[in-house]
Amino acid sequence: MQTANLLIVLLILSAVAYYMARSRSVSQAQSLGGIRHLHSLPFFYGMRAAIWCALPSLLLLVAWLLFDEPIISSFLISGLPESLQPTSAAEHNLLLNSIENIASGALSAEASEPALVAAAESLRGLRSTGANLVTAAVLSLSVLGMGWGWVKVSPILCARQQVERVFRGILLSCACVAIFTTLGILLSILFESFRFFQAVPATEFLFGTEWSPQMAIRSDQVGSSGSFGAIPLFVGTLLISFIAMVVAVPVGLMSAIYLAEYASPRMRGFAKPTLEVLAGIPTVVYGFFAALTVAPFIRQTGEGFGLQVSSESALAAGLVMGVMIIPFISSLADDVINAVPQSLRDGSLGLGATRSETIKKVIFPAALPGIVGGVLLAVSRAIGETMIVVMAAGLAAKMTANPLDTVTTVTVQIVTLLVGDQEFDSPKTLAAFALGLMLFVVTLVLNFVALRVVKKYREQYD
Amino acid sequence: MTDLNKSRAEQIQSSLAKRYRAEKRFQMYGYAAIAFGLLCVVILFTDIISKGYKAFGQTYIQLEVTYDASILGITDVNDSQQLALADFHGVVKKALKSRFADVSGRKAKRDLYGLISNGAGYTLRDRLIVNPELLNQTETLWLVADDDIDTYYKSIGSDAGAFTGRMSEQRQGWVDQLVESNDVEMRVNRNFFTQGDSREPELAGIRGAAMGSLFTLIITLGLSFPIGVAAAVYLEEFAPRNRWTDLIEVNINNLAAVPSIIFGLLGLAIFINFFHVPRSVPVVGGLVLTLMTLPTIIISSRAAIKAVPPSIRDAAIGVGASPMQVVLHHVLPLAMPGMLTGAIIGMAQALGETAPLLMIGMVAFIVDVPGGFTDPATVLPVQIFLWADSPERAFVEKTSAAIMVLLAFLILMNTLAVVLRKRLERRW
Repeated sequence: MQTANLLIVLLILSAVAYYMARSRSVSQAQSLGGIRHLHSLPFFYGMRAAIWCALPSLLLLVAWLLFDEPIISSFLISGLPESLQPTSAAEHNLLLNSIENIASGALSAEASEPALVAAAESLRGLRSTGANLVTAAVLSLSVLGMGWGWVKVSPILCARQQVERVFRGILLSCACVAIFTTLGILLSILFESFRFFQAVPATEFLFGTEWSPQMAIRSDQVGSSGSFGAIPLFVGTLLISFIAMVVAVPVGLMSAIYLAEYASPRMRGFAKPTLEVLAGIPTVVYGFFAALTVAPFIRQTGEGFGLQVSSESALAAGLVMGVMIIPFISSLADDVINAVPQSLRDGSLGLGATRSETIKKVIFPAALPGIVGGVLLAVSRAIGETMIVVMAAGLAAKMTANPLDTVTTVTVQIVTLLVGDQEFDSPKTLAAFALGLMLFVVTLVLNFVALRVVKKYREQYD
Repeated sequence: MTDLNKSRAEQIQSSLAKRYRAEKRFQMYGYAAIAFGLLCVVILFTDIISKGYKAFGQTYIQLEVTYDASILGITDVNDSQQLALADFHGVVKKALKSRFADVSGRKAKRDLYGLISNGAGYTLRDRLIVNPELLNQTETLWLVADDDIDTYYKSIGSDAGAFTGRMSEQRQGWVDQLVESNDVEMRVNRNFFTQGDSREPELAGIRGAAMGSLFTLIITLGLSFPIGVAAAVYLEEFAPRNRWTDLIEVNINNLAAVPSIIFGLLGLAIFINFFHVPRSVPVVGGLVLTLMTLPTIIISSRAAIKAVPPSIRDAAIGVGASPMQVVLHHVLPLAMPGMLTGAIIGMAQALGETAPLLMIGMVAFIVDVPGGFTDPATVLPVQIFLWADSPERAFVEKTSAAIMVLLAFLILMNTLAVVLRKRLERRW
């Protein structure tokens, strides 16, 4: 039976279990004189039976879906004759692939090894028996659970506690998804990066100054040495992020100050949401805008001054990224400025300072830690931003601080290396994971520091 | 020293003008910053709209077409196999040749046939299927023009002059002739909303990508909303104050700030390489976006639960509800509007997300409109990315139009969130 159909059957079965156990508890209660003589409400007896019916069989089903392929393939391999037993992991995969292809008819059976044809036959057989077995096991388990739930119904059964315990367990496991996600991220990028660092030494990756990830297919090929020095990528990332910050920090900060200290409520009610529109625009739209509008504009302007401007200049990507980050900085700064107690403002104004002096000499220093935290968060945003740079920045890994030149960034390289065909045994593909690891670590550290700074500051005035 | 002769008050008096000027200047900076931000919004929207609005129109050319059975190579109109193989483009060529009888030479002829889109054949086929009696008859039809013609016709009369691109002067002459005889017309571009992707700009549509986005979002919403709400309920109502809980909270806060492309790496390594989920399907996209939006939904759901006053909980406990009943019967219904708002905002974020989907192969060129969760698909932002990379000039306006559609959806979702918050959220 197909998984979707099986799920529907399970749902129906547990509904039946719920109904049966519930009515049994009600009828038991009637002989005692009303449901107040039951330990729990009839609903909980029903739910308890439904949980017994659905949960164990669901777990079994999930376990099977996760592990059916390895189990079946280990059966297959052990069934092969001695001469065909694989010696390495690569050979193992190759063998499985050819068996798979014979079974699906992609490889003709006549031209293949008879033992493999037999294995393909048994693969088909194993798959269908496996599916049938699991269907049978899941259904019988759920019927058993249903029966157990029904039999155990009695006025003294603590059904509510049991149901609530299960429910709490489900809530806890949902909360743990976050931990598993982090673990998954760490494991996947660490594992692949480790394989990368086996092929390319970490020092070469971290301190090398040449990036050309194309691996030579033939040994005499020109220009395909495959060097993985990531410094040019870091330089490019920093350059673009720096340009973005040069735009975003002053504009974001000044607009936050204006909105918090000067603007009338009407102006604030209009300007704040409008600025926030910038935060809601998808980054791919910014990328399009940067590549098709801003970059040609900068190029033309630059040529007007007689400057050599690349059509994929770092300036275009950085400027647009800065615009994207403005609302991020302004809303964070707005929060911390508003958190500065009114008494500080009143004190300063009472001493005869002008409003701008109050802001510059009193409010800004008081809000500084929060603002620094916000800027750090914005930097981590800029470093991890992908679509704008993929569309508007170049691919050439250059070490330059000239904003009119083309540079490439870590995220651009990750996308370039991983879009399209991938082979998971070449350093070229694995390099993307090493870059991902760098990105993850850097943004994590930035966020951690930023949150610490913000938190420390907040405790001062509350 | 003049200062010594002045009193303190005079000194302050004389510096006042300067200080007021500084005050004015500072205020001007703030004003300029706001103006710059607002200007960016205006420029962005006008740029996109001015580039894209023309894509909602499509140039059609009127031709007299004869459904000549000998050119088509069919004998029986009801035979679907014959119809599938029939040379409908030959009919279009014939019609063009008879319209411009004086054209000779191979290159010129090829140019001429290129006036009409390759997709026009399908229009003819569909008409013939519906009206079999048209065989060997002649009728006057409006057919989709090629994208070069479309771009040229749309740019006639613009300030910069007509955009000719790679069009030969001869072709321009033909189009001008057609325009003069009123055989060229702008119509609403229905292909754009009903078709999947195509290499021919005049045939490319966003329906495939929109459906892909829909399926992906359904998976994302179906997984991330229940899981997010459950996690938020646990953390707010049941979690004991211990290291384990702290670990969960730290993780959620960190995940909210991890760059989205990292989630793509996760999806590639875990879902595709380890669990062998097929590439390019909405299921994988939905799973990756679920993990990505989960922190947003958890954080906003927690805020909504926190906003429910403790008196509600105390009252429920007072009349004998168990902790679980307090949450399910009282806290959750009251917090639901806030949670829904958070979910909609999370979905808007997921709808606009591109980078992680590039990693898991949703960038494939897919012509068919996906019909389910396991059909290869692409999504709206990725379609925008793909079109933005295409060299044909006509794709620029398509891209802008697709962006307009995407932004319209986002604005709709955010408005819905705002309305929901205003309507349903209670102030305590």
